[in-house]
Amino acid sequence: MKPFHYQRADRLEHVAQLISASGAMAIAGGTNLIDLMKLQVETPDTIIDVNRLPLDQIAEEGDGLRIGALATNTATAGHGKVRSDYPILAKAILAGATQQLRNKATTAGNLCQRTRCYYFTNIDQPCNKRDPGSGCGAITGIARLHAILGTSDQCIATYPGDMAVAMAALDAKVEIKDRAGNTRSIAVRDFHRLPNDAPEKDNILEPGDIITGVILPAPVPGKQLYRKVRERSSYAFALCSVAAIIDMDEGKITRADLAFGGIAHKPWFDARLGELLVGETPSLSLFDKAADLLLEDAHGFGENDFKIPLTRRALAATLCEATGVDA
Amino acid sequence: MTAHLKQNKLDKRNVLDGMQQGIIGKPISRSEGLLKVTGKATYAAEYHLENCLEGVIVTAPFAKGRVTVIDESSVMEMPGVITVISDERMIARAAQGTAGAAPLQKACDVDYWGQPIALVVAESFEEARNAAKHLHIEFEVEDAIFDASEVEVEPQDGATQQGDLAQAMAEAEHSVDISYTTEGHASAAMEPHAAIADWDGETLTVRASLQMLNYNIGELADSMDLDESKVRLISRYVGGGFGSKLGISQEVVAASIAAMQLGRPVRVVMSRQQVFQTIMRRSETTQRLRLAADANGRLTGFGHEALVSNLPGEGFAEPVTQSSEFLYAGENRLLKIDIARIHRMTAGSVRAPGEAVGMPALEAALDELAEKAGIDPVELRLRNIPEEHPATGTPFSSHKLAECLQQGAKAFGWDSGPRKPRNRREGEWWIGTGVASAARVHIVSQARARVTLQADGTALVETDMTDIGTGTYTILGQIAGEMLGLAQEQVKVELGDTRHPRGSGSGGSWGAASVGSAVFVACEAIRAKIASQLGISADMELTLKDSTVSWDEGKKSLSDIIDGKDIAREGHYEPGDITEDYAASGYGAFFVEVAVNRWTGETRMRRMTGAFGFGRVLNEKTARSQCLGGMVWCIGSALTESLLFDPRDGHLVNCDLAEYHVPVNRDIPDLDVIMVEERDPAASPIQAKGIGELGMCGGAGAIANAIYNACGARMHDFPMTPDRVLAAMPDE
Ligand SMILES: Cc1cc2nc3c(=O)[nH]c(=O)nc-3n(C[C@H](O)[C@H](O)[C@H](O)COP(=O)(O)OP(=O)(O)OC[C@H]3O[C@@H](n4cnc5c(N)ncnc54)[C@H](O)[C@@H]3O)c2cc1C
Ligand code: SF4
Repeated sequence: MKPFHYQRADRLEHVAQLISASGAMAIAGGTNLIDLMKLQVETPDTIIDVNRLPLDQIAEEGDGLRIGALATNTATAGHGKVRSDYPILAKAILAGATQQLRNKATTAGNLCQRTRCYYFTNIDQPCNKRDPGSGCGAITGIARLHAILGTSDQCIATYPGDMAVAMAALDAKVEIKDRAGNTRSIAVRDFHRLPNDAPEKDNILEPGDIITGVILPAPVPGKQLYRKVRERSSYAFALCSVAAIIDMDEGKITRADLAFGGIAHKPWFDARLGELLVGETPSLSLFDKAADLLLEDAHGFGENDFKIPLTRRALAATLCEATGVDA
Repeated sequence: MTAHLKQNKLDKRNVLDGMQQGIIGKPISRSEGLLKVTGKATYAAEYHLENCLEGVIVTAPFAKGRVTVIDESSVMEMPGVITVISDERMIARAAQGTAGAAPLQKACDVDYWGQPIALVVAESFEEARNAAKHLHIEFEVEDAIFDASEVEVEPQDGATQQGDLAQAMAEAEHSVDISYTTEGHASAAMEPHAAIADWDGETLTVRASLQMLNYNIGELADSMDLDESKVRLISRYVGGGFGSKLGISQEVVAASIAAMQLGRPVRVVMSRQQVFQTIMRRSETTQRLRLAADANGRLTGFGHEALVSNLPGEGFAEPVTQSSEFLYAGENRLLKIDIARIHRMTAGSVRAPGEAVGMPALEAALDELAEKAGIDPVELRLRNIPEEHPATGTPFSSHKLAECLQQGAKAFGWDSGPRKPRNRREGEWWIGTGVASAARVHIVSQARARVTLQADGTALVETDMTDIGTGTYTILGQIAGEMLGLAQEQVKVELGDTRHPRGSGSGGSWGAASVGSAVFVACEAIRAKIASQLGISADMELTLKDSTVSWDEGKKSLSDIIDGKDIAREGHYEPGDITEDYAASGYGAFFVEVAVNRWTGETRMRRMTGAFGFGRVLNEKTARSQCLGGMVWCIGSALTESLLFDPRDGHLVNCDLAEYHVPVNRDIPDLDVIMVEERDPAASPIQAKGIGELGMCGGAGAIANAIYNACGARMHDFPMTPDRVLAAMPDE
């Protein structure tokens, strides 16, 4: 671990200034950052402790719900309004990590958690994300956990989290304060990036930006499901996951908001799926068509080829469960 | 005074059963349990020694070659750094179990990725770790092979070839010929490998996390070129070993060199990643099972061949066929193991070496044979229990396989009707059941322990035996208390210090029977001394109970007999001819019910019953815990555990507990353990056999069979992850 300075941000107005310093990083629950610092993957000169900022509230805002950047995953998943109106979010959070980790993990930290690529976390291996230009260890290495959609020849890592996948299905917005003190918001669906030729950038945050919260839109009708496929039943990242909000009327699908985890560098949202499904009578063959569309450009890297059929099946299973199709 | 027993004959006296104290076998909680759960049990790295320095190991970022430069000056200016050690005595590999001498040294010659090559010592751990990351090293890398299928293999000695297996296969009414693979496993003990070395100018004292001090002392003394009398090892509490702490590992020697050179205590704790990358792995295996049977399912041919791997120069080869040698009949036999020399880290003992991976393959193959022959798989196993060792003709000692299969089937509610896959579905889950036998050879080793009946009427048991979390403290107290008529609390047990008599070490499931017998022998000698002190003949019945001695003509309190003078005896137990004259093994049976997701191939355990016969149960609670632990390991090796190596540079990629998936609570269903009581007169004078490993020998096969019964996927590759299950699952 590289020696570092510790500073506490007591007021929101100060954060921007502190965090803008070169080599400074925010620390919230620390469950991701500290692990990576111990491995010398992250080497901040200064960590800015944001935990005293008044950003842990979960409160109604307009028709929707505002989840503070520092609300813990446990608090969010257990919040009455989340459980009643956004059950998909509670389910996704509870499918992640462990109770102990969720007690510390925060909304912002979870959004910004870094990939679990084996080569990223081993500083004796090449990795374009950690060390731009050093090469990608995973592409011709062990790529079991890796992406099948939106990869580049620079990086095939996934965004590993669950919470943000549900937020993408819900079309939530991330609220960001920049170094000048201005607030902007961006859809969760657009918050994470594809690796392209700059895999070192996971998301659209600029230096000095701080996440202040996530805004959930007004609740929508329909079934809300989160299916996470993994080899052990807890405390494991998704091999693939499906977040689905599906509503039906008179035997036809009227809403189909779908997002996928564990298969791309970001929670994967493909607007074409909703367009294809809405207005149709659910059936296995329809779900197959949806999978064809979703996986049109999918390709594996040997070790993770299985994710293509697995995602197809996980999608069909979720849609069957949501629509009552008896397969 | 030493009392010596070399066991050459069956011991049918069942002495412990004649004792009156009534604590042997009872489910007594671990005597050190409270210390552990309140944080008061001091583990190796937790001692506070004044002036202690911290060392961090630097490892090679390449698999084969030579370190040419270790540039100390690159870190000497960094804060807190005291020195960099890259001594010729540093060991390149951990010692194999029972080595007793230094393992390969000269750490600058590198044979596997992650091999320790230097130690950075600093005032604080953080400083040492930071400097370790910055140490400049130069090296020459050579090509190396990491995959066992790419090298020429060496046959291991000791193959069994009897009759003509090929002909038996050709003439068989029913036969199977199947290849299986298993991946590498890590011991993944909770406590990382750690040592604090302290040199006082005379004696090197090392507090370390080790399983077998009786061998480790020789390994360390030899590595350091010291006389054994100048070395003291202390391992009072060990946070799990599972084979990974049988021999000394690199941190022990590195800390010792540093402490002797600097004249200050030095602590070295391996990181979780280092433990995974440098200590020991269970070899991956490729196995071929050939079973030939007549119309009644009786085996006429039995073939089990395995390919395993290790580093060049290592003597250990995963003994995959160990229990296949004797478990089932079949007059035409071929059992052999080939070894491939590759450059992954040392392969060595991981809990139940051999059976852990050999038995699941065998038991899965047997299930396919049962299906072909149309015989219930429990029945097929019962029909094939041999009368005597099928290759050597040696008689078996106690043998409870049939009882375990029968009692387990009954408790589980095994349906012996026709078995067809995809018979039962609940929602999106296919439900299925499976069975497998368990077997694990029984091993005993010589051991010494001193028992002192103290003037205050309590007893003290001393041996350098370790308790690796299994309950050794407790059972040794129970044996001594039972023999000497004392309550459990009146017996103090001191372990894990080489100042005490040499025990057997914890490994190979032999600890309880071996060192337990040494305690037993010492207690018998104390009883004889009491008899002679009372002036009664040794064969007269003497009852020791609640600190009172009674015999035909009288009754006296123990303290009156002792009369202010300690009675101390060292017991020395040695296995003799008995190990040749009888084939002794623990046996058992697993019954499991699984659910397999029809969409995703995820497998979840629903219930599991294990019935085991392993000689005398010394403590019902700790024995049951061992069985439970074994069954949990079955689930891990069946469904998730797998070491993944990079194909290009051979480094282990999943080197922490987030990515090497041992089972979590939610993976473990209701586990039911049945202990089939028996006394094994060949096993030891206390009639106990090993139990530490039996519980994981075969259960993964039962899970494979249940997956097939559930969803029709015949699994030949372990672990049976969702992707593999899906690939093998037939279309609905
Ligand atoms: C073993 C293990 C298993 C796990 N399993 C899962 C799982 O199955 N599913 C899952 O979703 N997650 C899983 N996690 C990840 C866990 O959810 C994250 O570690 C956690 O959400 C991170 O939150 P934190 O508050 O601790 O972040 P920190 O570690 O404090 O920070 C993480 C990152 O976020 C940045 N950051 C923090 N706050 C802000 C802010 N306000 N504005 C801008 N940037 C900020 C930090 O600078 C840092 O880069 C697992 C973690 C572990 C260790
Ligand atoms: S996939 Fe991305 S994170 Fe992984 S090694 Fe390649 S560049 Fe690094």
